[in-house]
Amino acid sequence: MSLIEIENLSLTIGATPILTGVELTIAPGEVVGLVGESGSGKSMTALTIMRLLPHLARAEGRVAFDGIDILAATEDQMCALRGDDIGMVFQEPMTALNPVKTIGEQVAEGIRWHTKAGRAEAEERTRKILDRVGLPEAKFPLSRYPHELSGGQRQRVVIAIACALKPKLLIADEPTTALDVVLQAQILDLLRDLVSENRMGLLLISHDLAVVTEMADRLTILRSGEVTEAGDTARTLSEQQHPYTRELALASMHVPARPKPHLAGSAKPLLEVENVGRDYPGRRTSLFRPAEPIRAVHDVSLTIEPAQSVALVGRSGCGKSTLARMILALDKPTAGTIRFRGEPITGKPEQALKPTRRDMQVVFQDPYGSFDPRQKVEKLVAEPLHLLERQPAKAERREMVALALHEVGLGPRDMDKYPHEFSGGQRQRLSIARAIITRPKLVVADEPVSALDVSIRAQILDLFAELNQKLGIAYLFITHDLTVARAMADEVLVMHEGRIVERGRATDVLDHPRSEAARALVAAAPDLHRAIARKMQEQG
Amino acid sequence: MTAYLLKRLIIAVLTLVLASMVVFAVMEILPGDPARLMLGLNASADQVEMLRDQMGLNAPLVLRYLHWAGGLLSLDFGRSYTYSVPVIDLVRERIAVSLPLALIALALSTVIAIPVGVFSASRQGRAGDTLVMGAAQLGVAVPNFWFALMLIYLFAVWLRLVPAGGFPGWGAGIWPALKSLILPAVALALPQAAILARVARSALIEVLNEDYIRTARAKGLPHRAVLWRHALRNAMIPVLTILGLQFAFLLAGTIIIENVFYLPGLGRLIFQAITQRDLIVVESIVMLLVAAVILINLLVDFSYAIVDPRLRGRQ
Amino acid sequence: MTMRVDLPEETLEGVLAKALGNRSFLIGLVVTLLIVAVALVSFVWTPYDVTKLVIADKTQAPSWTHLFGTDHFGRDILSMIMVGARNSIAVALVAVGIGMGIGVPLGAFAAARGGLADEALMRVNDLIFAFPALLSAIMITAIFGPGAVNAIIAIGIFNIPVFARVTRAGALAIWPREFILAARAAGKGMTRITVEHILPNIATLLLVQGTIQFALGILAEAGLSYVGLGAQPPMPSWGRMLFDAQTRMVTAPWMAIFPGMAIVITVLGLNLLGDGLADILDPKSRRRR
Repeated sequence: MSLIEIENLSLTIGATPILTGVELTIAPGEVVGLVGESGSGKSMTALTIMRLLPHLARAEGRVAFDGIDILAATEDQMCALRGDDIGMVFQEPMTALNPVKTIGEQVAEGIRWHTKAGRAEAEERTRKILDRVGLPEAKFPLSRYPHELSGGQRQRVVIAIACALKPKLLIADEPTTALDVVLQAQILDLLRDLVSENRMGLLLISHDLAVVTEMADRLTILRSGEVTEAGDTARTLSEQQHPYTRELALASMHVPARPKPHLAGSAKPLLEVENVGRDYPGRRTSLFRPAEPIRAVHDVSLTIEPAQSVALVGRSGCGKSTLARMILALDKPTAGTIRFRGEPITGKPEQALKPTRRDMQVVFQDPYGSFDPRQKVEKLVAEPLHLLERQPAKAERREMVALALHEVGLGPRDMDKYPHEFSGGQRQRLSIARAIITRPKLVVADEPVSALDVSIRAQILDLFAELNQKLGIAYLFITHDLTVARAMADEVLVMHEGRIVERGRATDVLDHPRSEAARALVAAAPDLHRAIARKMQEQG
Repeated sequence: MTAYLLKRLIIAVLTLVLASMVVFAVMEILPGDPARLMLGLNASADQVEMLRDQMGLNAPLVLRYLHWAGGLLSLDFGRSYTYSVPVIDLVRERIAVSLPLALIALALSTVIAIPVGVFSASRQGRAGDTLVMGAAQLGVAVPNFWFALMLIYLFAVWLRLVPAGGFPGWGAGIWPALKSLILPAVALALPQAAILARVARSALIEVLNEDYIRTARAKGLPHRAVLWRHALRNAMIPVLTILGLQFAFLLAGTIIIENVFYLPGLGRLIFQAITQRDLIVVESIVMLLVAAVILINLLVDFSYAIVDPRLRGRQ
Repeated sequence: MTMRVDLPEETLEGVLAKALGNRSFLIGLVVTLLIVAVALVSFVWTPYDVTKLVIADKTQAPSWTHLFGTDHFGRDILSMIMVGARNSIAVALVAVGIGMGIGVPLGAFAAARGGLADEALMRVNDLIFAFPALLSAIMITAIFGPGAVNAIIAIGIFNIPVFARVTRAGALAIWPREFILAARAAGKGMTRITVEHILPNIATLLLVQGTIQFALGILAEAGLSYVGLGAQPPMPSWGRMLFDAQTRMVTAPWMAIFPGMAIVITVLGLNLLGDGLADILDPKSRRRR
């Protein structure tokens, strides 16, 4: 018998249809993956089961949990189910915990509410579950506040809250999307163990096909609120009967074609970073003792040659973004020198940096945050033209913008639009257009595709590859995602705790990592090929 | 003490010192010689000069400031020119009216505003919320002294429930004294309560949209429990900020309201002193009120640390 | 799915459409325009001359000849309210101007520079906040004697840290955003980024705060002239009219009721306008609906 049965579920918010005719079942002890791109209705399906939908949402169809009709249940009945029989883990660990309550209070609260246990008993159970999720009391007493924990630790607390009463069903909505790959692997392991220990049903929601393939017994693929395909993980992905399934799988493994890969040692270096370090003033613990500085980057050296594509990979907080900012002269190193085309750029006044900035541009991660919402595309894309010696006339400027837009696959008519009129992928194209308008020699791209859906991501990677071939632009990709490094880079640098611990040809580093940090990254990175192969063995 | 509290304390002391310099400077550039004012127009130049020496008015500026500031610390504000008594005696008498009035008003406005804000936020968009917030919108627009006049008209002139003004003194018994403070306190408190209720409501609504509220709901807590246990404490942070700012308005309001009700408080004293150009009294009261505002803001800073563990840090 | 806090992403047409559908904005706008119109009309026409004392007509109850009655000098209350509107609006408007003119550049500078400049500005803010407008007015009056200009200066000074704070907080929220980094990568300096990117993005914030401070200014001016620290007779002002009415509450309540209503309606109108603007322009409120 199924734990949860969703039949012909339709959902509207106001007049907008969100879900149409969704079917889904989960048996006790079963892991079901719900996959889809952003806006496909994955989260809304989960919130329907919890009955935590936004005010204006109207659900129709049948959702039965353990024989209870969820859509018809009273609020009191739902309160009895939530946290007791159904637990839920959310995407954003940084904001999912109440900042003014201790972790002990927050875990114990649900236990006391549902079991009517006394304080001492509830705390005892809280200790046990926190210990189980990897937060032993000796290091993480119940009196800790969320802000004293890291993102991964906070996500463990959220899991402890959800699993404290051994629910029959656990819903995990993108539980690892906000974490780096190493933490992701740890959290996924924890979820897998908890589920099998207690024979829970798990609904795992993710945009990442590789993650879901590794975890799930069965898959349901959602597109624009409709189920396109559902079935055993191995069979669904090996047969790929529905074209959308194939599209997703291909996009997840996409490697852009680069007919002329760069040969190392062929030219004078474009960028040289020598023994660069960056200290930040630390938090003072006492007014009378000076604070210990925090070493974000320590003694880093690297070179990039013209037209070479280099990936800088590492876990979150390893210092890679700080390094990128120093290279872009947006932050000053506290030690070492950075040279661009032989010219040192450290310690130069802004005016003297103009020629350097012209040849070195940047693409950021967030396609929403990287444009001033008050300006039109023409002005936004033309912004770096400010760096030219001779300011182009208005007509000439429009022409240059039109050309840059053309190069990234957009039309000249897009010039007079505002950024919010574009989709996420199109905005990342705008971002690239802005970066190439001055014909730079180097583009630094900080996680340029990690906020994009897989299909869009493949297109943007293709665009990067094409521009590298056509315009001979060198890249420095900053990423925690090894598939990007594999797809795009000639050379890979691995950064760990502020230092570069390994560098070499991309295939060498990714297939045969030597340093411990690199091995951890490679082992933790989800890989769709590998996952499907493993599933095929398991499921025959 | 944590670094945060120490920093706030140092800032408060610094602000107080700067404020005292401002007040001192203002009094320095004032026209008129205090010695001549005290002795009257018939005094000879020698007499004035002698008094100036006595009063320390001929000392260098820095010394005069230090002398004055030192006096403040030991509650020696100097002597009133017109009453010829130590200013502290005048102030002590009047503060027994003004301080209770301000505190009653502050308490009253908080006690009214918080439940109203919670009520409104938990019924967001429904009839009760619309009604209460409409009333609050009106309350914010009403000047407290005009509201006071209307209250007098209604309760003192028409219904004759309370005295229209005046103060019998605490010697006349607690109840008669309190009774004459009721209308002034209500007149002060209601417009402030309207502002506070609006802030409390919007802070709560903001907090109710946070992710951790959803986590609490996913635990199975019913709506009410989430509101009281999780949302309210987080919403207190902006409410405290406004409460601190309001105290300054409340003090200013007290000064004005005392004139409406003929209450013998600091407000009456300062206006009498202005008309009589008794500047040392003006200076002392301004300094006192400024110190009160700074003190309250320090208390607000400290209470942030009680509400928000992120400010406490680990020892 | 995470909720995003976006900066306003609006076209002019979208904003206009929302404005026409927002009740508090419309009511607030109509009331505010009405009051401003009344103040303007008073320059060319009032029912009676407010400078002429007609003792024979003193303290008359409202009637068809004197809609709002007359005061103890026989002056027409309606005419006085009309002329008083000028004073209230002028004082509050100039005070907002002072606050914005000084506070906005200070706040923007502090946010852009950070460090010591920022710390110093915040300390000066603390200092000014310690002097409520009434206390500044008292001190200014003690120096220069009473007058309408005192009220403007006192309220204006109090507005400076308000705008400095709002500007600083708004600017600090925008500085770390990626489009600012992009502008810096395009070689633009602090001033240029502030003018081109920061200020346009916090303009709505300042507009809303401006309406709020305008309303507060009207209340503060009424309070100051009520205690004699603002506009001086014979210049009619709403606060002063209430002071005159106080001792005549029993015999001539209309002298207190109508000027008070004028204040309430003006402030209410401005507050509704501010609320409406905030609703229309704040991307968060859009998300909530």
